[in-house]
Amino acid sequence: MYKSNIIVRNLHRISNNTSIKHNLSRSLATIPSTIPSTNTNSSTSSSTSSSTSTKDKISQKDSTSSGNINVVVPPSGASITLKSATRDASKFGTRPIYLDVQATTPVDPRVLDKMLQFYTGLYGNPHSSTHAYGWETDKEVEIAREYVSKVINADPKEIIFTSGATESNNMIIKGIPRFYKKTKKHIITTQTEHKCVLDSARHMQDEGFEVTYLPVNEEGLINLQDLKNSIRKDTILVSIMAVNNEIGVIQPLKEIGKICRENKVFFHTDAAQAYGKIPIDVNEMNIDALSISSHKIYGPKGLGACYIRRRPRVRLDPIITGGGQERGLRSGTLAAPLIAGFGEAARLMMLESNYDKNYIEKLSNKLKNGLLSIPSTQFNGSKNPNYQYPGCVNISFAYIEGESLLMALKDIALSSGSACTSASLEPSYVLHALGADDALAHSSIRFGIGRFTTEEEVDYVIAAINERVEFLRKMSPLWEMVQEGIDLNSIEWSGH
Amino acid sequence: MVQQKQVLKLYKNLLEKAYKFDNYNFREYAKRRIHDSFKEHKSLTKPEEIAQFYNNGINNLALLTRQSTISQMYTFDKLVVEPLKQHK
Ligand SMILES: Cc1ncc(COP(=O)(O)O)c(C=O)c1O
Repeated sequence: MYKSNIIVRNLHRISNNTSIKHNLSRSLATIPSTIPSTNTNSSTSSSTSSSTSTKDKISQKDSTSSGNINVVVPPSGASITLKSATRDASKFGTRPIYLDVQATTPVDPRVLDKMLQFYTGLYGNPHSSTHAYGWETDKEVEIAREYVSKVINADPKEIIFTSGATESNNMIIKGIPRFYKKTKKHIITTQTEHKCVLDSARHMQDEGFEVTYLPVNEEGLINLQDLKNSIRKDTILVSIMAVNNEIGVIQPLKEIGKICRENKVFFHTDAAQAYGKIPIDVNEMNIDALSISSHKIYGPKGLGACYIRRRPRVRLDPIITGGGQERGLRSGTLAAPLIAGFGEAARLMMLESNYDKNYIEKLSNKLKNGLLSIPSTQFNGSKNPNYQYPGCVNISFAYIEGESLLMALKDIALSSGSACTSASLEPSYVLHALGADDALAHSSIRFGIGRFTTEEEVDYVIAAINERVEFLRKMSPLWEMVQEGIDLNSIEWSGH
Repeated sequence: MVQQKQVLKLYKNLLEKAYKFDNYNFREYAKRRIHDSFKEHKSLTKPEEIAQFYNNGINNLALLTRQSTISQMYTFDKLVVEPLKQHK
């Protein structure tokens, strides 16, 4: 069904139809310039200066946008342009709507309020045991640890603070196998893990371990039978992520945990996208190690944690050694302000859990319905709500390149996948693992909905995507052929 | 014993602070959260429960006062969904 957009380029090259060629080159050349540019330079301005400069900005923008109108001529037959036909952009702000909460979330004002105490008065080192400055921060750190542990029904003693999920994943995937390396030589993970897990696993291969990368089905779920078959006598660790960061699919944690426990293999899950958003109980799910990131739950950046089970005990070689803090597993002075913020963020995830869930579900359904009503679109992820986190909506728009759509959507902050690969034009390895071809992987966009997303923003996004997909498709020769009923599979493409 | 009049005043004060957020998303969230929270607890009858809800609201009012002030101190461009104020 989906034809490669690579073909579009080839078609361009070989085509003797000049109008197609013309449309194509114009589409690639002019799309970005037609979008009102966002003023990133002036992102921080004091309130007084911003009120005076707003006028300037408006008049500036007016002149540039009217300039664009002269340059850009919509393709013949197009009823719309990339400038919205329905409203006057100069009457609105310029900063894009934020729909990339899988990359990171804004800090909740309640979290900031907690943290500010530590940047104003509570500056003691939590490890200073000889005076009150140390005691008061230590007390707050332990309160935070308690909140962080409660979300996953763990014991506070089983929480180790780290600099983020990347460090937690490294620590576990390298640390556990290294500790048991005399007898165990095998690690199991999946093809759709976050880069930091895949890279740590690759690293362990260099150290002489064997790694099995489990495939996933077209919904992104692993096959439990595959997992059972892959476990060997010398398998030490199974690392399978809870919620996928690109497509939001939830792996069957409880079933995986059961299999691992029965085979006496440690089970680690990367819960950076899952923690506080879906119910996780480390005891019920037999999870032995779990990675958490603070900046995905409206907490500060630069902090995370890992859960490491104490009974039955999980042992690991620490990566960072020194003063012996955090049970010797992660030395270094604890970042008390960040930890207190993280703790407050975790507390709020519990407090607001139902409220957030219902709200995000409502907006997610609205967005999904609004976008999937566009012809030739496809939802990537699981159709079964038990296996899909609603705050992550990944959709493919056939006959459009995701990157050109993103360029045409300068007013919405989105990503075509994970933050690390979206800068390159390389298609998503996660979507590839689902069996998607290049075109599908290239034409997909991830929409992230969080606590602070508003319904008004979702309405705006639905309208903007509808408009611009229609616009871009009007310029696509492939789309024209599809509309004329030509079966793209029947065409012999040359020029490869 | 918390009077109904006090609860109404708290509701009004909280919303007033919520409107003061310069940040669009925090402002809309605070408005929505306050509204839904009062709606959810509308049927509280036990004086202790009402007192707890009320005291919690007073704490949140202090927090909103601080945070909305901070939001006004560090401002950013308006979002594309926010209408700009008309200058006459
Ligand atoms: C699934 C997953 N694991 C790990 C990370 C990395 O987390 P951190 O930024 O805290 O290192 C991310 C975030 O990008 C993620 O989505």
